Amino acid sequence: MNNFQPRRFLTALLITCTLLLSSGCGEQVAPGRAVYMLMDTSGTYTQQLQKAQMIINYLLGTLDSGDSLAVARIDSGSFSEKDIVAKVTFDNRPSVATSQKREFRNQIDRFVKTVKGSPYTDISGGMLQAAEYLDETGAGKRNILIFSDMKEEIKKGHKRDFELPMDGIEVIALNVTKLSSDNIDPREYMARLDEWNKRVVSGGGTWRIINDLDRVETILN
Amino acid sequence: MSSMDLLLLWSDRMVVSIVIWFTLFVALLYLARMPAHRSIRSLCLIVRNGFRLAARAVRQVEEKLNQRNREVLLANGQESTEQLLEREFHRVNAVVSRDLSGYPNLQRQLSEQITRIDEDYQQSTEIPPEAPGWVKAVETVAKLRNDDSGMVGKILGEIHSTIKKSQVSALNEYRKASAKRHLLLKNMMPYWRKLTQTLSDVDRSIKGLEDRSQVIDQQMDQYEKIRARSPQAERTLSSSSMTQFFISGLVLTIAIVGGIVNYYLIALPMSEMVGANSMLGPFRASNVAALVIITLEIAMGLFLMESLRITHMFPVIGTMDDKMRKRMLLMTFTLLLILASVESSLAFMRDLLAADREALRQTLSGIQAANPEFRWIPSMGQMIMGFVLPFALTFVAIPLESFVHSSRTVIGVCGIGLLRLLAITLRYLGSMSYHLGNTLVNLYDLLIFIPLRFEELFVHYSKGSKNTHKKQHTPKPNQGNNTYEGGHGL
Repeated sequence: MNNFQPRRFLTALLITCTLLLSSGCGEQVAPGRAVYMLMDTSGTYTQQLQKAQMIINYLLGTLDSGDSLAVARIDSGSFSEKDIVAKVTFDNRPSVATSQKREFRNQIDRFVKTVKGSPYTDISGGMLQAAEYLDETGAGKRNILIFSDMKEEIKKGHKRDFELPMDGIEVIALNVTKLSSDNIDPREYMARLDEWNKRVVSGGGTWRIINDLDRVETILN
Repeated sequence: MSSMDLLLLWSDRMVVSIVIWFTLFVALLYLARMPAHRSIRSLCLIVRNGFRLAARAVRQVEEKLNQRNREVLLANGQESTEQLLEREFHRVNAVVSRDLSGYPNLQRQLSEQITRIDEDYQQSTEIPPEAPGWVKAVETVAKLRNDDSGMVGKILGEIHSTIKKSQVSALNEYRKASAKRHLLLKNMMPYWRKLTQTLSDVDRSIKGLEDRSQVIDQQMDQYEKIRARSPQAERTLSSSSMTQFFISGLVLTIAIVGGIVNYYLIALPMSEMVGANSMLGPFRASNVAALVIITLEIAMGLFLMESLRITHMFPVIGTMDDKMRKRMLLMTFTLLLILASVESSLAFMRDLLAADREALRQTLSGIQAANPEFRWIPSMGQMIMGFVLPFALTFVAIPLESFVHSSRTVIGVCGIGLLRLLAITLRYLGSMSYHLGNTLVNLYDLLIFIPLRFEELFVHYSKGSKNTHKKQHTPKPNQGNNTYEGGHGL
């Protein structure tokens, strides 16, 4: 009880205030999570983009300040920044982050309204672009969401038979629709998914499929 | 050589080999029986003594802790009783200085009132009317001889009429005097009342002083018991301390819950100020900042209570001179007010942020963002809560002080209990190890019961043989030494 010393107390108070003030310009650590979503815009799959919008809305509601989100289209040659529809790293201030989310949603809405189908489906190129983006964010948790039937069709002359650098990235295939040929021979579907699984795992990543979009909340678990 | 080879050393047949090994083992145990018994017993004795020593040491520590606890308890009790006595004396002093300091004035008032009443009383006394002086003259005239001239009668008649007039006049005078007296007595009434009131005031003051003196007597009794270190006082203080501990603990728990509510009220808007992604070590800077603000509020509250001399946790503040203390009071109150205002604005900001976030969620889920009519009510509520909670947390100082004081005793009592339990356990373990020694010895003997049985039979036989031998060699009076030659008969 008798140990109270005003000088010590004032020193402690000063340090606390300094900490409090300095925390405003404190150490900016890497954002917690970065998500890159690839949307297949080839052929009839464009009809599924309404569902993709739902996923994006979920992501906007779930991701927080400091997290990064990018949405890109899969077209004939997807290894390009031009295919990124929208990207954002949410601001540290929650109010600004909310505004960014609104703007992001508007961008996606505009894209979905104006999107045109592409003749080829360059999934590998898109994944490569995604891995590059995610590495740049330096996020602790990295996800690639692929909204596609996972049927890759490469333009003649494009080389995509290389190992994907998926180290530390979780790849989630969403709404992998069955093609009419899959219905004839389901092994095609299985083989296609198995092939992607092998490519992702051999690249150092993990692979997951979510076809039931009612379980959308399990995406970022 | 493997263990199997060793096992089959004596024979290729496992059973035979095991039997031989067992026999050897038993023989070995039998040969080493006495030293083994001694070793087991001494080892167990060592363990037992170790436990007993440890138990004794723990008991000594418990005694010391008990002693220290008593001292703390009695010192706290003494201090508390001294404070109570001091407060009672202050009250007595206040009564004396307020009521009895005006005693000379009161006495003067009383004597003035009494004098006035006395004067009025004196004036109101009935003075009998004086007998008229001419009565003797009437008597003399009445004794005169009546000479038929009618002179005497005439004189007497005149006198009679004069007397009548005089009587009427005297009666009027008397009535006037009586009325005056009654008026005086009537005027005395308020003085009487005032006197009664003054006396009842004095009586009340004296009664209050009597009550205070009774309380002081009780406190002094308690104080004397504490000073005498009586067990009754110790028990009373211990019980009081326990009660204080639990009550203050309960209030502190409520205060902690209040603090948590306060924390959640400002943690989110703090992220707007210091950034949601800034970290201080493993913690979010916004959370730490919110926590710092709350702890600062509590600290200011503590100093405020200390400056008001409601609590006595910091003697430095308690012993400050009044001027300095008042400055400190003003300073802490100002800081608290600023912090409360900051918190109130943060609470409002939180509401705005939450509303914005909710609107975004609704938009994202495709619902038209609603604009509730009474949205301002929770906003106001949060603002008021943000302003009031820091002041409410100020009062944490009171239960905190009680908790700190009582916890010294309670922790001591718990420590004593634990030490006592430890001592009992150690003694029990010591006793167990002693009996374990006996059990081990018995188990040892159980393993070698076959040779032991043989030994017993042998001893028995030997004794029987010796006895027979002795009997045979004991010279009987009629046998002489002949029996010795009989040899060693079985």
